[in-house]
Amino acid sequence: MLSQDLTTISPEIILSLFAMGALLLAVYTVKDKAASLLVWITSGLFVALAFWIATMGEGTTTAFSSMFVDDAFSRFAKVAILLAAAAVLVMSQDYMVKRDLLRFEYPILIMLSVVGMMMMVSAGDLMLLYMGLELQSLALYVVASLRRDSVKSTEAGLKYFVLGALSSGLLLYGASLTYGFAGTTSFAGIIKATDGGVSLGLLFGLVFMTTGFAFKVSAAPFHMWTPDVYEGSPTPVTAFLATAPKIAAMVLFARVMHDAFGKSVADWQQIVAFLSVLSMFVGGIAAIGQTDIKRLMAYSSIAHMGFALMGLAAGTAFGVQAMLIYLAIYVVMNIGTFAFILSMEKDGMPVTNIASLNMYSKREPLKALAMLVLLFSLAGVPPMLGFFGKFYVLRAAYEAGLGWLAVAGVVASVIGAFYYLRVVFFMYFGSEQDIQLDRNGSPILWGFLVASATVMIVGVVNLFGIEPLAEAASLALVN
Amino acid sequence: MDNLLSITTFIPALAAGILALFLRGDDEDAQRNAKWLAMAATSMTLIVSLFILFGFNAQDTSFQFVEERTWIMGLNYKLGVDGISILFVMLTTFLMPIVIVSCWSVNIRVKEYMIAFLLLETLMLGVFMALDLVLFYLFFEAGLIPMFLIIGIWGGKNRIYASFKFFLYTFLGSVLMLVAMIGMFSAAGTTDIPSLMGFQFGTDDFSILGIQIVGGMQTLLWLAFFASFAVKMPMWPFHTWLPDAHVQAPTAGSVVLAAILLKMGGYGFLRFSLPMFPVGSDVMAPMVLWMSAIAIVYTSLVALVQVDMKKLIAYSSVAHMGFVTMGIFTFNQQGLDGAIFQMISHGFISGALFLCVGVIYDRMHTREIDAYGGLVNRMPAYAMIFMFFTMANVGLPGTSGFVGEFLTLVGVFQVNTWIAAVATSGVILSAAYALWLYRRVVMGDLIKESLKTITDMTTRERWVFTPLVIMTLLLGIYPALVTDIIGPSVTALVVHVETAQAAYDVTTQMAQN
Repeated sequence: MLSQDLTTISPEIILSLFAMGALLLAVYTVKDKAASLLVWITSGLFVALAFWIATMGEGTTTAFSSMFVDDAFSRFAKVAILLAAAAVLVMSQDYMVKRDLLRFEYPILIMLSVVGMMMMVSAGDLMLLYMGLELQSLALYVVASLRRDSVKSTEAGLKYFVLGALSSGLLLYGASLTYGFAGTTSFAGIIKATDGGVSLGLLFGLVFMTTGFAFKVSAAPFHMWTPDVYEGSPTPVTAFLATAPKIAAMVLFARVMHDAFGKSVADWQQIVAFLSVLSMFVGGIAAIGQTDIKRLMAYSSIAHMGFALMGLAAGTAFGVQAMLIYLAIYVVMNIGTFAFILSMEKDGMPVTNIASLNMYSKREPLKALAMLVLLFSLAGVPPMLGFFGKFYVLRAAYEAGLGWLAVAGVVASVIGAFYYLRVVFFMYFGSEQDIQLDRNGSPILWGFLVASATVMIVGVVNLFGIEPLAEAASLALVN
Repeated sequence: MDNLLSITTFIPALAAGILALFLRGDDEDAQRNAKWLAMAATSMTLIVSLFILFGFNAQDTSFQFVEERTWIMGLNYKLGVDGISILFVMLTTFLMPIVIVSCWSVNIRVKEYMIAFLLLETLMLGVFMALDLVLFYLFFEAGLIPMFLIIGIWGGKNRIYASFKFFLYTFLGSVLMLVAMIGMFSAAGTTDIPSLMGFQFGTDDFSILGIQIVGGMQTLLWLAFFASFAVKMPMWPFHTWLPDAHVQAPTAGSVVLAAILLKMGGYGFLRFSLPMFPVGSDVMAPMVLWMSAIAIVYTSLVALVQVDMKKLIAYSSVAHMGFVTMGIFTFNQQGLDGAIFQMISHGFISGALFLCVGVIYDRMHTREIDAYGGLVNRMPAYAMIFMFFTMANVGLPGTSGFVGEFLTLVGVFQVNTWIAAVATSGVILSAAYALWLYRRVVMGDLIKESLKTITDMTTRERWVFTPLVIMTLLLGIYPALVTDIIGPSVTALVVHVETAQAAYDVTTQMAQN
């Protein structure tokens, strides 16, 4: 039994052992000199594990008396998380070295948070859920304040920690209520307890847990931490925050809603729909006034989470499929966009002011074009892939009888289009006399930017075949 | 050649890709190469599209040259043309080389300019050929991107405002259509346009928030599509983006906008609203007819007082599009024939008029009517051409403008005499503003100091106008060139719509008895 259980969680074990080993080794020997190498090895390991999980995993297996679930759904999320984390790590290398931020702890902390995420998406029990969530959050609080001598970075770390702790508290309270009224912490047990309808106590538990998840996915009205943390953290960390943890939190959200409360869709559908519509509008409207591209991306990610939640709100297998596809597309777009933001610098210093992009297209036409594609994709304008993500979730919502949500979603996407167009306006329509950015020759960033833009266009042909994978994943969750 | 349509559609995109990836630099040679490549690609598209025209069988009212491949999410990549769409395809391929030649004098960021126009051509052709709802939406919406850039980068002083207004206004219109498309997808289980034309969407009345919806589902879907097409047309009172966009856009951008992009709205009504929601169309037809009549009179009056030439022509476009919507919602052969004819003819005439403005704008860098006067003294050839297209715009018999207006008026007369009467007064008003414009710009003595050195049209400019003059005359003298091709398909459409409406009338009467 034990050996089978261990086999099931072997990717997580490998990662944790590697993280601890690397930590010991680095502390007692070369310290920061090995950081660069460690980044490469870690990303390599991530990619290898993603490949392993993608090819070897089959069917549904559980471990430790169904505390840990390994199914198509969790595998889809794990592969996405690992690849996103690997991409962000590779991208951050150059930036971190230039600003003297590359400590050996950085890749290790990222690794630990990835382990946490992998446990979150595989959780079959409230205990494991909380453990995974805290592991990833604690590691992220630290990396958010990685730039120790910067007030903004430490402020970001602290804010993230305080609000994160609050949300964990709410979640824990909800979990304890759920445990009290269901008599068990396992999802399989909870769903049995809710078979004949949700009792008032369980409903409270559900609401508190939903609040906690809403914090983690930064859905409005629990989004306040996002802009400050995004702005204050070093840009590579922001890039990481905007990608992998978002997938993990959304997937965990879907996991709890369907695995534990799948029999009471009607009870949470309205809550999730409300979160969704509020996030889309808050993200869209609040972003209009932003002058800092990192804050803009924070609001953009709030709006995007609103759309992903629309898929969850549908409460159907198709809705989950739509959500997964949306997340996958969202992550690719954000990696490209952050590769661009990482390359923005003037006189060697990072710049995040949108106005500094003035007439960027004149200076670097190809990069500007790639960014243009990404921006229109983020806005959801066809023929870019971003549109198909939106089309998917809209269809899921409509077919689940949430026509009003679909209408609200498209209206919000028009409002959101404005601020993406504003960035295009600076890059293409501006006047020439203003400050201009340095040429940044980093081939890695350039490569990620162009690759991501290419994916946005070429993906129209068949979405790179992720459709059947997402479908299998959603069917593994909802049945 | 079973993928002739795809080839036609994607030649310009291919050329745009080559330009974007392989053409370096922005010196004179690179600019010339970009222009010639764009010219070659658009001419090539025209030639290939001629094969479609010659291979087209007008008597066959089904879709021809159909190609189909499975795509994502149960959608299909499906292209095809029928009698209604083929002429729009031809209009696009015919006008694009002219557009490219007309921007030969542009010398800022030429490469990007050419890429934008080439991509735009691909997207416009895609709109007219797509036989899948989502594919249609994809092309329809994507066209906003190059147009947004064309207005925003190469436009006039107030280009930023105009480009944002253009993008957001039309985007808002079309997203509602997207929701309706999703609704149709889940109701019919397919996005295949030919199958959807045969599908009957629900017509049972229901109420939303206490408002009784006559015609039920069909009316709602119709309204969502209307939101998109009415903005695109544009119909009064949703036209306010058009004057801004036209005034700020560069000449070639205005030509494409007026000549082709506006036709997407009318095409949308013919392709979706009428055949798919005949009952919804019937319910809303009186509203559309009155809106069109108001549009014709109101925008003609507004055109009278404009001081900017482009704005005047933009308002005149709105008025002419009023004839189109009016013709479409008569549901009879003359009305529909006239509407399509009017769209084709307006494509040539309005394009030419914007080019006429462009000719003098290139010389004087102003579009204000007051800055001109007496041009005939120094520009006789220009005066001649401008005269010709002014007359065509007014609807002088013998030009193509007459046929379209006359047919739509005949069509609407059979449906509602009052609307016909109001709309006909618009014909008189159009003569008023067009001739007055001509008098102020071209006639009289040349007294303005700045105009004393103005030169007449160059050979290149004359060549630009030649094909347009020929087409306008040809269609005016022998309209059967168009009506023979569209006739059978229009007849089939009319019969389909009438049958569906009659069936609905029978069921509602039975329900009342």
